[in-house]
Amino acid sequence: MIYKLSLIEVAEKIKKRELSSVEVTKACLERIEKSNLNAFNHIDRKNALASAKNADKMLGSGEYAPLLGVPIAVKDNICTEDMPTTCSSKMMQKYLPPYSATVYKKLKNAGAVIVGKTNMDEFAMGSSNLTSYTGRVLNPVDNSRVPGGSSGGSAAAVGGQLVYAALGTDTGGSIRQPSSFCGVVGFKPTYGVVSRYGIFALGSSFDQAGPITRTVEDNALMLNCISGYDDMDSTSQNIEYPDYLSALKGDVKGLKVGFPKEYYNVDIDEGGRDTALKALDLFKNAGAEIVEVSLPNFEASLSVYYILACAEASSNLGMFDGVKYGFRAQNYQDLLDLYIATRTEGFGDEVKRRILFGNFVLSSDNYQAYFVKALKARTVIKENYKKAFEKCDIIIGPTSPCTAYKFDAKLSFRCSFMSDIYTSSVNVAGLPAISVPFGKDKDGLPYGLHIIAPPLCEQRIYNAAKFVQDGEGKK
Amino acid sequence: MSFQTVIGLEIHCELKTKTKIFCSCRNKFGGAPNTNCCPACSGHPGTLPVLNKQAVEYAVMAGIALNCKINKFSKFDRKNYFYPDLPKAYQVSQFDFPICTNGSLTIDVDGQSKQIRINRIHLEEDAGKLIHSEWGGGTLVDYNRGGVPLIEIVTEPDMSSPEEAIAFLENIISVLKYSGVSDCKMEEGSIRCDVNLSLKEAGSSKLGTRTEMKNLNSFKSAYKAMQYEIKRQTAILSGSGKVLQETRRWDDNSGKSYSMRSKEDAQDYRYFPDPDLVPLILDDEYINEIKTKLPELPAQKIERYTSEYNLSAYDAQVLSADREVAEFFDQCCIGYDNKKALANWIMGDIMRKIKEKNQSSINIPIKPEDFIKLLNMYDDKTISQNAAREVLDKMWEGGGEPVQIVEKLGLKQISDTGELLNMVKEIIKNNPKPADDYRQGNKKALAFFVGQIMKATKGKANPQTLNELLIKELE
Repeated sequence: MIYKLSLIEVAEKIKKRELSSVEVTKACLERIEKSNLNAFNHIDRKNALASAKNADKMLGSGEYAPLLGVPIAVKDNICTEDMPTTCSSKMMQKYLPPYSATVYKKLKNAGAVIVGKTNMDEFAMGSSNLTSYTGRVLNPVDNSRVPGGSSGGSAAAVGGQLVYAALGTDTGGSIRQPSSFCGVVGFKPTYGVVSRYGIFALGSSFDQAGPITRTVEDNALMLNCISGYDDMDSTSQNIEYPDYLSALKGDVKGLKVGFPKEYYNVDIDEGGRDTALKALDLFKNAGAEIVEVSLPNFEASLSVYYILACAEASSNLGMFDGVKYGFRAQNYQDLLDLYIATRTEGFGDEVKRRILFGNFVLSSDNYQAYFVKALKARTVIKENYKKAFEKCDIIIGPTSPCTAYKFDAKLSFRCSFMSDIYTSSVNVAGLPAISVPFGKDKDGLPYGLHIIAPPLCEQRIYNAAKFVQDGEGKK
Repeated sequence: MSFQTVIGLEIHCELKTKTKIFCSCRNKFGGAPNTNCCPACSGHPGTLPVLNKQAVEYAVMAGIALNCKINKFSKFDRKNYFYPDLPKAYQVSQFDFPICTNGSLTIDVDGQSKQIRINRIHLEEDAGKLIHSEWGGGTLVDYNRGGVPLIEIVTEPDMSSPEEAIAFLENIISVLKYSGVSDCKMEEGSIRCDVNLSLKEAGSSKLGTRTEMKNLNSFKSAYKAMQYEIKRQTAILSGSGKVLQETRRWDDNSGKSYSMRSKEDAQDYRYFPDPDLVPLILDDEYINEIKTKLPELPAQKIERYTSEYNLSAYDAQVLSADREVAEFFDQCCIGYDNKKALANWIMGDIMRKIKEKNQSSINIPIKPEDFIKLLNMYDDKTISQNAAREVLDKMWEGGGEPVQIVEKLGLKQISDTGELLNMVKEIIKNNPKPADDYRQGNKKALAFFVGQIMKATKGKANPQTLNELLIKELE
């Protein structure tokens, strides 16, 4: 079954010419068309097949690129000048960007066949894909449940084996949480490792694009292709970029694995807590050293995240005003009315909520008490992680305090307000982190194991994640 | 009750960098609407700012020229508000850590020297232009100007009269043009000025309520606006009323200003640090390097011309007003001793040519060495003053070396006393009646003889020598 292969496996077969890119791409497109997941906002059949044909031609003349001929999807907040980019919002319906994102160009340069743009929470605000203007996405593991968000479409497309990899974006957990809900591997790189140029800005000092794949190796290969210094992004890391795939062994002997004691205070279902602790045993049995670390005031990091990310988002979403492109209200009396009507009709409720909150914390009366204080707290959170990493090499824990919940579920506090509790402080500190599938709950829904490392230690994470993946595979 | 005027200025100056401040669009004036912009400066999502190094250099240059402290740490902030000429709905500016602080500029009004303090200089981006349709067809937006680099210069309220404010403006424009950072054309909007004006009770230290005036498009408008505002505020305060703190728009046509918005309508700009740009860190080496690039400024030239060359203050001011003229003068000084004569030639004939040509920027197409050669020929009486002017015209239009031009046009004047004396004797002999008229006391008859000989010599007779000889012979 072509669609059951991993990215590396299918890339290899295409390279060896055992499969053609065209047949692989056709198979994907068929599965996408038949799928009821609603994972895609846009499917570009024509260009995908043209790319596939071209890939086969290149291979025929002996040319090669790491992703040559492999069907991949891209989240719909990433600018693609040959496909609409809508952020699953009414505001951006039919918007065709005048340029393409760096990550998109990099994927194309690596030979990828881009089949389309995936569904998401509106403007990447949400963790269930329920705020999307283009409808809910179904979780491939259980269609009556949410896939998570905001990269719900990307995670579902990979989990549902519609594509071999997809790009997501992560501001407070939006790659990792849906990956954990859909049972796939999702990686958020160190801030600045992947260029933000061409990605709709949400929380500018938090956002990172990253790969969602079925295996850890696939993920490392994808990161190889999309990472790199970009002089169009002033926050891009100007460093030597390693080959994330080459030294991937899955050997954790002597690795110091940290578990924050504050995690015990977080409200999480028993199954989730047990699973995380089981992971610790797994590492210990393989020769790793388990270290208890501390992340003081851990729960406060969620507030810090919301204050700063919403502040940045409220400013970033100002440009959607109906003047230059996108949706414009039909009825308005004057300029002010144009702005009000357009933004009232064009934005969904969650987007409005976050813009209002962002404006609130930036308003002159509240700036010092909220924004400035959160900035200071951010520095402390970074310091806390730094101190913790003096004692350990990686920190593990659950990705999410809950597993994929039903669409009509009445959400508990932990699944709604606290859903980003484990993931968001990672963005606050600009650290790299992965969610790798680890165990299932009593309903058969996947848990995700969250692995965090110091800045620019992506390889360390991949190594530990491979270990976990291989252990899972043996079951 | 008598009042004292208190004036402060906010000056926006466009830096003449090659490209815009945050993108690589060309920084040029005019052009068909929206033909000089890109996704970044027209507010498309996903774009990111990349700081123009030359803009920083020019800002530092301006700061040094205006005696400011150059801050080694400064940062960029977002100023958020909605208006169609602001594509991103925020302007990138500098709020609490500007690049320069605490400068000064000395002005001279009616022989009195006064130092005006400069509070700060900061970098920011310009907005686009709105064109209001005259036939009620709405408003059109042109983003060509969006993203052009600006420095905003804010003075302390140290000026006490419209005359002082105008003197300051003239002076600062001279300094900015000298430092090469801007062409300061008020008519093109590359320099704009807003005036803050209040009245206080004479002798009191308590400042009155100030109003801000905008839309001052020329020195004349600014002057009239200030006079109008002084009258208006005086009338209010004399009637025991209160001046409203507001922004007023000057209308040249009606000669009045109108209220735009009051303090109650004042916007909360929700300033916060721009997360897309890293802080600007400058070191001593960088600042010193820019210091070396700064040319000698007008104040220094005036000092040098008056003390070393003994020129009058007036002459020194005229000569130093434009850098091109002053540097031409400086270069000529190297090979010419009579500085006063040189000054006169330049203030007279060179500046006449410049005015005649009326180009957008001053260009003296004559080499200083050649100009000196010309002056020398006049000094040694080889040519007359009129001839010198003719040669100057030829040199200006088509180049050429003065000695050659004199040869070619046969402009050498006849100073040879012997030759002239013969002609004089001849003409007197042939015209006994006018000679008698002269001897009888009609001095005007001399003009007849001068005219005759000039005609005969085709204007080449040295007028002074001719006059001397005629007078002597006629006696």
